[in-house]
This record gives sequence, C-alpha cells and structure tokens, in this order.
Amino acid sequence: MAAFSRTELSEGLRIALAALKANRMRTLLTTLGIFIGVIVVTVIISVIQGLNHYVSSEFSSLGANTMYVSKFPWIIRSWEEFLKYQGRKDITEKHYRLLVKNATLAEAVAPDLGTNRTVKYRTESLNNVYITGTTEAYLSCANTVPETGRFFSDSDVDLNRAVCVIGWEVKDKLFKGEDPIDRRVKIGGQPFTVVGVMEKRGNMFGQSMDATAYIPYTAFQKMYGSRRSLDIQIKAADPEKTDALVDQVTGIMRQARGLTPGKPDDFAINQQSQIMDVYNQMTRTLWIVLIGIGSISLLVGGIGIMNIMMVSVSERTREIGIRKAIGAKKRVILWQFLMESIVISGLGVTIGILISLGIALLIRAVSPIPVYISTYVLFLGVGFTLTIGLFFGIYPASKAARLDPIVALRYE
Amino acid sequence: MLIDLQNVVKDYAIGSEVIHALRGINMKIEKNEYMAIMGPSGSGKSTLMNILGCLDTPSSGAYRLNAKNVGSMDDDRLAEIRNREIGFVFQNFNLLPRASALHNVELPLIYNGTPPAERRANAEKALIRVGLQDRMTHRPNELSGGQRQRVAVARALVNNPSIILADEPTGNLDTRTGDEIMELFETLHDQGNTIILVTHEEYIAEHSDRIVRLRDGKVERDEAT
Repeated sequence: MAAFSRTELSEGLRIALAALKANRMRTLLTTLGIFIGVIVVTVIISVIQGLNHYVSSEFSSLGANTMYVSKFPWIIRSWEEFLKYQGRKDITEKHYRLLVKNATLAEAVAPDLGTNRTVKYRTESLNNVYITGTTEAYLSCANTVPETGRFFSDSDVDLNRAVCVIGWEVKDKLFKGEDPIDRRVKIGGQPFTVVGVMEKRGNMFGQSMDATAYIPYTAFQKMYGSRRSLDIQIKAADPEKTDALVDQVTGIMRQARGLTPGKPDDFAINQQSQIMDVYNQMTRTLWIVLIGIGSISLLVGGIGIMNIMMVSVSERTREIGIRKAIGAKKRVILWQFLMESIVISGLGVTIGILISLGIALLIRAVSPIPVYISTYVLFLGVGFTLTIGLFFGIYPASKAARLDPIVALRYE
Repeated sequence: MLIDLQNVVKDYAIGSEVIHALRGINMKIEKNEYMAIMGPSGSGKSTLMNILGCLDTPSSGAYRLNAKNVGSMDDDRLAEIRNREIGFVFQNFNLLPRASALHNVELPLIYNGTPPAERRANAEKALIRVGLQDRMTHRPNELSGGQRQRVAVARALVNNPSIILADEPTGNLDTRTGDEIMELFETLHDQGNTIILVTHEEYIAEHSDRIVRLRDGKVERDEAT
C-alpha cells in the first residue's frame, strides 16, 4: 500500500470528527462499553498496585531481615494443622539462650512474649495495651529506638527489675504532657517504673504500634507465668545471608529439640516474605478474575463500535459513492472509517481514564491505600485505543472501501 | 483523439441470466466536442456513461482515453483517472450535505494531494466561474437547486478535466433554472471544454453539436445537430 499523503490523513481525521460530532449522542453511547472496560481495568491495576505498596510498607515495620522462631507458623491452612501445631513442645528460654550463644550470623536475638493488659497512671487508665516482654535486643530486631529516656538494659532483665518503656500513645493518653520518666504505672495491677518512651511507630494493619508497653521478659514470666511458649526474634547481621541464618537457626533448634535426621521440624521460622507470598498468591487470582471482567467489557465495547461503524457505513453509502466517483482511492475510504472507529475508542479510553483518575483520588481520600494511576496505565490506554479501534474498525472500513461506486451512488 | 471506443461490450450477470447492456459500441470523440447521448431506458446509456466515466470497465473491447487504455486498469488507477480526467455532474447533484460549497469543490483536489492554499484558490476560482462567489460558505441545504447544480459543475471543473460528464443535469430543475445550467455548459464549451451530456430530453440534447442515439445496446444513429 502506498503511503498516505498528509492531505489524505488530515481529511480522514476531519471527516471522522465531523461525522462523530453530527451524531453526538450515538457516539457517546458507543463509547460506554469501552470506557467502562477501561475503568475496570485501570482501577483494578491501580488498586492492586496501591495495595501492594501499602502491604509492603506495612510489612517493612516487621523488618525484611528479621525472622520469628515460634511454635506456630503464621500461615495455618486448616483446623487439623492447627491441632498438630498445638501438640508441639513449647519454645523455651533454653532455646533462646542456645540461639544467643550459637547463632553467629545473627545481629540480635530477642525473646518476645505478648499479652494485652490495662495500664494505669493515677486516675487515668488505658485498656488493651499490648505488653511485650523482651530484652534490649528487641530494638535492633524491630528497628526502633526510644524517643526519650532509655530502653531497659540486660542487667534490668537479669535482675528482673520492674521497669517499663511505654509506647507513644500510652504516654499521650495517660500523662497528658507530664514527663513520664521515673513515674510509676500499673500494668495489669503490678507497679512498674517508666524508664523510657518509644518513638511513634504508626499502625500496622490497623493495629496501633504505639498503644504498647515493654517490660523485661523475666518480669513478664514472673507476672504471667514462665510456662508459655516463647517467640524468638532474630535479625540477620548481613541481609544477604538471611537464608544462611535460617539454616543455622534450624540446625540449632533441631539439635536442641533432639530431632533425628528425617524427622520434620517441630517449630516454625516465620518471615515477612511468607506472608507476602500468600498475599501475592491471593492478588494473582484477583488479577486474573478482574482482568477477565475488564477484557470482556472491552470486547463488548469493541463489538459496539463495530456495530455502530456498520451503521455508519450503510448510512453513508451514497457519500462513499460520491467520494469514490471524484477520485477517492480505496485506502482513503478505509482510512476515513478506521479513523472514525479509532476516534470513538480513543474517546472511550480517555473518558475511562479520567473517571478512573477520579475514582483513584476518591479511594485515596477515604482509605489508607495509596492508589495512584501510573504513567504506564496511560500508555496502556493508547494501546487499547489503537487495538480496539483497528481491530473492530477494520471490517466495516474495508467494507466501505470495497463498495462499488456505481452501486453506492444509486443507494437511497 | 480524446476518446476512442472500439467494439465495447458490457455484460452483466443477474442471477443465472446474462444481460447484454452494450453490444459493441464504436465511437470517437474529439477534444472540445459537445455531445449528447440519448436513448430510452434500457438502451444502455447509463452503462455507457459509467464506462466513459471510468466508474466501470468494459467486458470486452477497448476504451482509450487520451491514448491510455482504461479498460485494463485496477480500481485505484481508475480512481486516479476519474479524479484527473473526468468531472461528473449528476441529476441529483451528489454534494456532501455537511460540507460547505467551497469544501465540496475542494474535494477532488484533496484526493490528488493539492496543497491547501492552492486548493482553496482553485476552488474559489471554480465557484466564481459558475457565478457563486457570494455563496462559498453555504451548505447545500442553504442553496437553491440551480445553485447546488452550479456547485456540482464547479466541482467537475476544478481539476481541469478532459471531459465533463453530465448525467441528466437538468432532471431535478425547473425549466428556467435548467436553461441557466445549459447556458453555463455552453459557456464552458466555448472556453474549450469537452462536454458529454446524457439525457432523454430532446430539447436539452439540442444544445449539443452531436447526438448519439442508443437502442438495445447499440448505436442507432450518430449525427450532428
């Protein structure tokens, strides 16, 4: 096919626009299918991207290089599995001490006991404060520091002192501007001296990380009993060697638990990446389903365009005849009608993207998910436009181009 | 010689039946002739006009236009020939309803890639020639029948074609307006254009210098008026 002249191209576009302008309502209705399809696809892509962003940023406070040795794995798929894990022997202080001594690839090893209790200061009280029993190594595992005062030391832990570090929200709600350092609070009825306040940590999955208090794990065990299973947080010294650390910890734990080779582990090593894997699996399914829905509505929209183009071609048979009689070649007529279908689908895609932008802004305003429409969605839009316009426009356009001018001129 | 038809035959198949629309036409037309083609319906005059206008090609025989064998050309080459060599004037005007008079006249120039400025100038000149200098921006529905036909004539003229082919140009016009259009053809003929009229009205045909009468797909009579 010979190249188009610029006059031919611009005339094609001019005719297409004029024809669409003459049938405004029809054009708008035809674009409906396309723009709904575009909205579905772009909003889904943007929401999933936003969700990914949100989830991974929430998880980042868990620490990518920190693992958690516990009795239960984070992901339990059935009640039977739960019962099996329930029957495992507890993780104890003995294991913690062995890991501190032998896990040479670890930067920090911290015990982690937790429960919810009420914290009181004079007449003020705050319910459901998450109490963590741990050691100073917790700071490097959780990648946080006290804002004022200090964290309790290893000697506080060894001597089982009744000291605590309170979370930012606890300070805010109980002390109301008063300096909490060296004040006495009651945690679950027991008196503790505040030695520090943690920096603000924000939320994780809607849970405040600031309505917390930290006490020496020895004190925790004294208060709530030493016969509960321990979690042990371990941070890799070198992020690159996280996997090697997992192997080392597994070895130490298996030996301590007296497992002979071939027996399965009776403990879990939990990592952020495992939850990310499950999350990714879930969103993958979501992707497929919703992209399916989007594609179907685009297909329906495309068929709508094809239909209206067939109408347009038959309505304008006479016009095609006139144009051919005075010298329009096949490709000129083809281009004219292709242009029309591309403009319709372009209009649909544009409206779709604009509405999607609005929806994205709305979601961002009312939810914590940072939805945004990335530039590649716009490129995708241009791609869609051309594909749909060309694919569904080519048949009606070539029908127009092949019309016999004599027959077309006689058409009433 | 401008046009040379040698034993032109046109057959159509309609279902299983073959219709012999033209059964061997021989005709020569010189430059600056003013000729009319007449004949009752079914005589083949529409078919002949389509072939002369390069809208259709003969089943057999030769059609030479300016020494080029038009009968063997493909659709796109024919479109080019129509664009350059032939100016059509139809009974029902066949203007684009949504385009201005000027744009209608520009159309043939658009299809041969004339640059916009030149295109506009030529189209304006053609409209002035047919006396529509103050109707250029009007749309066909804002013009009278006679004015519409003048726009069509201007469109036929704008490319300086070899032939102006007019198919019942006065068929949709009242007598007075029809006479005006015929006067316009007269003037164009005097200016050196070749004009072929297709009509079934004797008094219209009498404007020409030569009348070819068709019957049953053959030339019955070919005589000067």
